[in-house]
Amino acid sequence: MTVSDDADDRPGDMAGGKGEDVTGGPPDVKATPAAYVPSARRIARERYRRARTRRSFAVAAVSSAATAAVLVALVVNAPGWQRTRATFLNAHYARVALPKVLDGLWLNLRLLVVCGAIVLVAGLLLAMLRTLRGPVFFPVRALATVYVDFFRGLPLIICILVCVFGVPALRLSGVTHDPVLLGGFALCLTYTAYVAEVFRAGIESVHPGQRAAARSLGLTTAQTMRHVVLPQAVRLVVPALLNDMVSLQKDTGLVSIGGAVDAVYAAEIIASRDFNYTPYVVAGLIFVVITIPMTRFTDWVAARMNARQSQGGAV
Amino acid sequence: MTVDAPGPAGAESAAGEPVLRLEEVRKGYGSSLVLRDVTLEVPVHTVTALIGASGSGKSTLLRCVNLLEEVDDGGIFLDGAEITAPRVDQDAVRRRIGVVFQSYNLFPHMTVLDNITLAPRRVHRVPRDRAEAEALELLARLGLADRAGAYPDRLSGGQQQRVAILRAVATRPRLLLLDEVTAALDPELVGEVLAVIRDLKEEGMTMVLATHEMAFARDVADQVCFLDAGVVLERGTPAEVFGAPRQQRTRDFLRRLTEAGRL
Repeated sequence: MTVSDDADDRPGDMAGGKGEDVTGGPPDVKATPAAYVPSARRIARERYRRARTRRSFAVAAVSSAATAAVLVALVVNAPGWQRTRATFLNAHYARVALPKVLDGLWLNLRLLVVCGAIVLVAGLLLAMLRTLRGPVFFPVRALATVYVDFFRGLPLIICILVCVFGVPALRLSGVTHDPVLLGGFALCLTYTAYVAEVFRAGIESVHPGQRAAARSLGLTTAQTMRHVVLPQAVRLVVPALLNDMVSLQKDTGLVSIGGAVDAVYAAEIIASRDFNYTPYVVAGLIFVVITIPMTRFTDWVAARMNARQSQGGAV
Repeated sequence: MTVDAPGPAGAESAAGEPVLRLEEVRKGYGSSLVLRDVTLEVPVHTVTALIGASGSGKSTLLRCVNLLEEVDDGGIFLDGAEITAPRVDQDAVRRRIGVVFQSYNLFPHMTVLDNITLAPRRVHRVPRDRAEAEALELLARLGLADRAGAYPDRLSGGQQQRVAILRAVATRPRLLLLDEVTAALDPELVGEVLAVIRDLKEEGMTMVLATHEMAFARDVADQVCFLDAGVVLERGTPAEVFGAPRQQRTRDFLRRLTEAGRL
């Protein structure tokens, strides 16, 4: 079809151009040759704003220092502080524990990456199964719902115990007894249920008008899901997914109940041998340290996606 | 490209057969009846304007035609074939009907170009380079070629709605439905959208539009239908409906618009 380029088109073009100007340059870019000189009012206003900023900064610094001092004094003056410091914050045991804990951490990281990938794919698949319409898919929908209800309710530690000790007890030939694999399997079972719910919430929060527009173009249900709904849904749930991934990363420590030596179990070995709990603190801090870049990275990804899509800068 | 080229899925109808025909269409939600036995014919290359107060059933009628809603009774015929019959391929029907929505409903995660080429590429299997070349040509005619790579959020409302119209016609539909396409626009942007619709009429596009722009309906429509509480109370040429309304309710509706300065 052609849209003719006759005179009728012109007013539209001009209106479009005008619209761009309004959203475009700052208002003080008038085409006058005289250079812009800020008024006394503006200079005063900006000076006031700078003074306020300096003052806020000073107040924040003083307040933070005071709070920190109070907290430190509280802890250091506690009756058991000397004993606690020797047991939990001992530099010698920290040095002893660090390489072992890092060795164990390698297992946690591998579990995180492998289980995380499986969980994201399986969760997305499960969420899509739950949105299928039509009587043929009733059993699929029902199974997916039962699965999510069950594994979201089942405490993770029980799930791991059942997998790690229950599966080998069956003595099935060809099935692994490796506590890492079975523990990882248990993690996947539970986290897939969580992640499926996150994805489902995302899918349902895409505006129905988007679906209507896609279907009206002749896209099938599957094409609508693939090209229109999912790309928007995934963007919406990235922060919630990150939350689950951080949580998964910490829970990888639970595979140690089957005897696998991860960061937590490595710490426990030293702690129970030497009766010093510093290795636990070391392991805990390492977990904190590796979640921080993960959070920043996801924030950065989310911000980049939003910046590309919308013009709102500070809004 | 020409409008009256047969769509990929649609054979030309028999001579004299209207593109769209509604036969005593009835549609209700729960206990409220939104469309009461609406009968309507839209001949090829004509524009039908649906007017009437909010809630009179204009949008529901368009949604029924596009099979976004299921009718309770009666039938809808596209080129003589009933599309409300059981076992009709709904996707195939929708491929032959373009829709433009009040709130644009552009896909926010796609550029303007991807919005327009999505259906040609994915539904009609047009190769990407050809689909994009055609989309760019359409954009250029509306003076929007430089916006091809932009995301919809960066466009003004009028630009977004014009892109939405291009998206709807890029697959060369047999029929174009426009649902209050200027209702969400700032007044100064209405003109640029109406100009596009006027161009489409020149090209011979068969259209049904629900609208509150009475001056535009009077100017561009071949047929005006006044809907009131789900009934087509009055139907005729713009001169008949606007110039000499037969029904008291039509006269009341037009008088209220005149008093509000909209006519």
